[in-house]
Amino acid sequence: MTRFKRPTRTRTLVALAGVLLMSACGEGRQSVLNPSGRDALLLYDLALVMFVGALVLWLLVGGLFVYVTRINPREMSRGLAEGLIIGGGVLFPVVLLGGLLVYSLPLMQAPREADEGMRVHITAEQWWWRVEYELPDGSRVTSANELRLPVGRRTGLILNAHRVIHAFWVPALGGKADMIPGRETYLSFLPEEAGTYRGQCAEFCGASHALMAFEAVVMEPDDFAAWLDAEAQEATPPQSEEATRGAQVFAREGCGSCHTVRGTQALGKVGPDLTHVGGRVSLGAGILGAEAPDFVNWIAHTESLKPEVAMPSYDHLSPDDLAALAAYLGGLE
Amino acid sequence: MTRPAPLPVAEGPYPPTEEMLSEPVSSEDQDRGKAELRAAWKTPQGWRYISAVNNTEVGVWYSLTAFGFMLLAGLLALAMRVQLAFPDMTFLDADRFNQFFTMHGSAMMFLFAVPMFEAISILLLPAFLGARDMPFPRLSAYGYWCFLIGGCFVMGSLLFDAGPKAGWFMYPPLATEEEGIGPDIWLLGLSFIEVASIAAAVELIVGALKCRPPGMRVNIMPLYAWYVMVVGGMILFAFPPLIAGDFLFELQRSFDWPFFDPERGGDPILWQHLFWIFGHPEVYIVFLPSIAIAAMIVPTVARRPIVGYSWIVLSAVGTGFLSFGLWVHHMFTTGLPQISLGFFSAASEAVVIPTGIQLFAFVATLMVGRVRMSLPMLWIAGALAIFVAGGLTGVMLAIVPFNWQAHDTYFIVAHLHYTLFGGMVFPVIAGVYYFYPFIAKKLLSERLGRWAFWLIFTGFNVTFLPMHLTGLMGMPRRIFTYPESSGWGTLNLISTIGAFVVAAGFAVFLYDLLRPKSRQGQIPRNPWDAGTLEFSHDVPEEAWGVRSVPYVTSRYPLWDQPKLVERMDAGRYYLTDSPDHQRETIVTSVIDAKPIYVQRVTGPAWITIWAAIFTGGAFIFPTFHIYKPAIVCGAFAIVCVLYWLWTSTARPPKDEMREAGLGLRLPTYMSGPDSVGWWGMWITMLGDATAFASIVFGFFFYWTARPDFPPADADHAIGVWVAAAALLGVLAWAATVLAREVNRRGNVMLARLALVLAPLSAAAAAGAAWLAVRDLDPVSHVYPAILWALMVWLVVHLCAGIVMQCYCLAGSLFGKVTPRHDADLRNVTLYWHFVALKVLVTAAVLGLVPGWLP
Repeated sequence: MTRFKRPTRTRTLVALAGVLLMSACGEGRQSVLNPSGRDALLLYDLALVMFVGALVLWLLVGGLFVYVTRINPREMSRGLAEGLIIGGGVLFPVVLLGGLLVYSLPLMQAPREADEGMRVHITAEQWWWRVEYELPDGSRVTSANELRLPVGRRTGLILNAHRVIHAFWVPALGGKADMIPGRETYLSFLPEEAGTYRGQCAEFCGASHALMAFEAVVMEPDDFAAWLDAEAQEATPPQSEEATRGAQVFAREGCGSCHTVRGTQALGKVGPDLTHVGGRVSLGAGILGAEAPDFVNWIAHTESLKPEVAMPSYDHLSPDDLAALAAYLGGLE
Repeated sequence: MTRPAPLPVAEGPYPPTEEMLSEPVSSEDQDRGKAELRAAWKTPQGWRYISAVNNTEVGVWYSLTAFGFMLLAGLLALAMRVQLAFPDMTFLDADRFNQFFTMHGSAMMFLFAVPMFEAISILLLPAFLGARDMPFPRLSAYGYWCFLIGGCFVMGSLLFDAGPKAGWFMYPPLATEEEGIGPDIWLLGLSFIEVASIAAAVELIVGALKCRPPGMRVNIMPLYAWYVMVVGGMILFAFPPLIAGDFLFELQRSFDWPFFDPERGGDPILWQHLFWIFGHPEVYIVFLPSIAIAAMIVPTVARRPIVGYSWIVLSAVGTGFLSFGLWVHHMFTTGLPQISLGFFSAASEAVVIPTGIQLFAFVATLMVGRVRMSLPMLWIAGALAIFVAGGLTGVMLAIVPFNWQAHDTYFIVAHLHYTLFGGMVFPVIAGVYYFYPFIAKKLLSERLGRWAFWLIFTGFNVTFLPMHLTGLMGMPRRIFTYPESSGWGTLNLISTIGAFVVAAGFAVFLYDLLRPKSRQGQIPRNPWDAGTLEFSHDVPEEAWGVRSVPYVTSRYPLWDQPKLVERMDAGRYYLTDSPDHQRETIVTSVIDAKPIYVQRVTGPAWITIWAAIFTGGAFIFPTFHIYKPAIVCGAFAIVCVLYWLWTSTARPPKDEMREAGLGLRLPTYMSGPDSVGWWGMWITMLGDATAFASIVFGFFFYWTARPDFPPADADHAIGVWVAAAALLGVLAWAATVLAREVNRRGNVMLARLALVLAPLSAAAAAGAAWLAVRDLDPVSHVYPAILWALMVWLVVHLCAGIVMQCYCLAGSLFGKVTPRHDADLRNVTLYWHFVALKVLVTAAVLGLVPGWLP
């Protein structure tokens, strides 16, 4: 007789533990459970409501099953049984789901609302992000693999993809949207808390799908305006001796045929813009830090760090050359 | 010229009276009948065993093969779980991981879930219906061999590191641009298997409609048969859009026709629509048969007839219909307009209602009964607990805003495994325990069964329950690695441990299934005290299916008709003997199950294996871009099928009537809608027309979705040739109809003349269709490409129609088709009705629509 009670009890405990974990795991920078934007907060509340509802319903159905098979396996009235089919199968779900739809569908509006003066064009590449800030005058500031947003202002994101389908997702700020070649999709965020959050490609996009992430840095409006001003400027190459030599290695190895460093001879469009790469918080589309050793590691080992990536590993460079390159690039703030 | 006499119809007393049924059968008659049936249904021995086509043999092979593929796909999952156990693991590299998850999903869906349903149904359906076999046994065998060859080919690609790696839904442009032969293996290998699946679905539908025992009206047939019809119908309408998609996809990969390339007017979203129009019904195709198994087990456990039979049937049909209106919920993040998101969200929630009705009907049955728990019911209970959880997360996911967060994360991985384990794996295992005595005439171990249950149930929840949380903490699906800073490590480690517990459970189950059981004595015939016909089976086994085909008046004949089994054994009912040692089964009317005729069913054959091998060649060679051997194989496959049809179907019989038992005399040949062949053709053509409609849908999709369709300066199909193709195609159809009509009236010469004219004009129609688009360059833009695709589709159907017309002409010349025995001609005419429709629609799209386009 106890055989069937046991699983239910265990499952209840596990489910309760789930609720506890849900509140305990709120520190992740890439977590739905750590909402830091208006849109993500709305969805967090929705998730919580539905999760509790689902748990209650699961317990009701499970309890009913245990009752009729274990606690009271005798014959019950047929009318009651037929009532259960109609009540449980038709009436109850119609009311409940109707309510749920009425509550939830209007939540679709927010992330599609128009921007409040700032738009960012993001194009997904294999496997990195091309990011262009559209200024009020229509001109664009190009960056890559990092998204900066001001607190308290809705920013529109115009999403596109170059070769294959990707998906743009920063769980802490809001829901995701696919990025489709030949189509434009739109998403907008209203961040409410400054901080650095992590985003990641959510639609499988080839060998290194797992290694296509980015940092979303939410800043106070003044800080953001200052940052955008700086980002719009041409590069100011660092002047140290090592960095100058790094610039020469950069030119000698032909890096400029793929990468742009505005204000220098490097005008390539194939790879990420490096004009202010030294000011970013991560490298390799969110997979490494942005310190000098990270630059060396990335440049020398691209192919093993990110399978099938377009950029070859520059492991033929001497440690000195690599260090010089790191000094140069790290200095492009 | 005299009009030939019509074919005879059933004569004699029907339905049988109690008096007739209570009359004893003499022991000589009993022994003679048994000996004749044994001779007719003898299973081939030794190495010839593989030429068997009987549903009990093919069904067992099919189930075991599908189960084997499931275990292989499960091993892939274990390897992936090891890779994900810790952050930054290097157990599998990115490429291999991507091949593994692609194959895990593809194999579980195409090589396990759907084939498993068909395997179980082929194995069990005749027994539920008291029939001797399926209506087209060689078709089942052919389908099985296709499945085995195709499955080994697709799975085997992993051994050569050549597997597909773009995910089981193969989204272009990733999959169209992928180098290597992986996507071709997926497309062609699985198309091959899909064709076999459709063949099985056709057979199962016809089986449920036409092969029920006398008296089993539709409203008393076992619920399983209802589910077979619903699921078969869903396969028929769900797989063709995918096959059409595969067709376009492979044209792009092989010949660079830009259906999914946005730079030349194509659109990757079209594939997503076609895939999910298949993919969502697929979920219910997998789920409903398992509900059907539960619907057989629950009444036995409750020892009461099912409560709400009509509610369940309506809900099953309703689920079937609704499932075709939900596909967009897999595409909520693609940027569709809010109005369609809202619509599909509500439609997705609506499916809760029929599903809820079915589940509550089972609970209601348990309420009114005196529940006696058994091992199969333990698995059903586990299924309920898991499936309800999966259904509730499904309700959450159908809410668009929540979906935007959870889509493509481990939350989805958890949800889909909850629905598939609860809605498929557990009920199927319940079914194995429940039906094992019927299948193997042995019992499985109660103790091992409980071990397997608790291991799998616990392991499953340990694996997948944490994944809900992993997903909400931001882990996308299909990633081969993750950094330590993500904080997903602990949860993933728990999941990996759980996965090995599940594997241990399956090892126990497998051992129980395969361990030798020869020391077990003879088992009771009806160990669960079930009420349905399958437990009237013979112990020890006899190959004839049922000793005599019963007259059934109840949903639970073994409970309500007390003398039924005794009379069946005595050969009191129908088809109790087989004077000329032929395999036969009884065909009844669709609604009332009145006996119509005795169908000769085919026996062991090698030709089905050859046909499958050559069909395999026709699909597998193009994978390597080798086309000549593929064409040769295709031709041989057609020859094999023609030989098999010619030698063993619709032969004019020696004796037109047969004593069927209880004084009833039944014809042995039937033509048109009374025959099973006509129904097979009709149902097949519905599926085929769906595939065609999907390509036409593609045309209109581009028209509405793309501003440059057709491009401003586009060349169009040449109107004159389009019109000629339409006229000639209709002429070929008219000549076929004429041949049928004059043949029936006895004017054989005129019929033959029409059957000469018909293929000629069909060939001319094909030529005209080709000329209409010959000058367009399908590589340049999607507009000429889709016109070409429509033309190719039409020409292939015209060519198949020509082969059929020639087959009828040959039949007429060699006495297989006569004015009275015209089943072939009538079936071919039915095929041509559909071709005529395709000709007209294609002509309209090629010739008229461009004029209306803005």
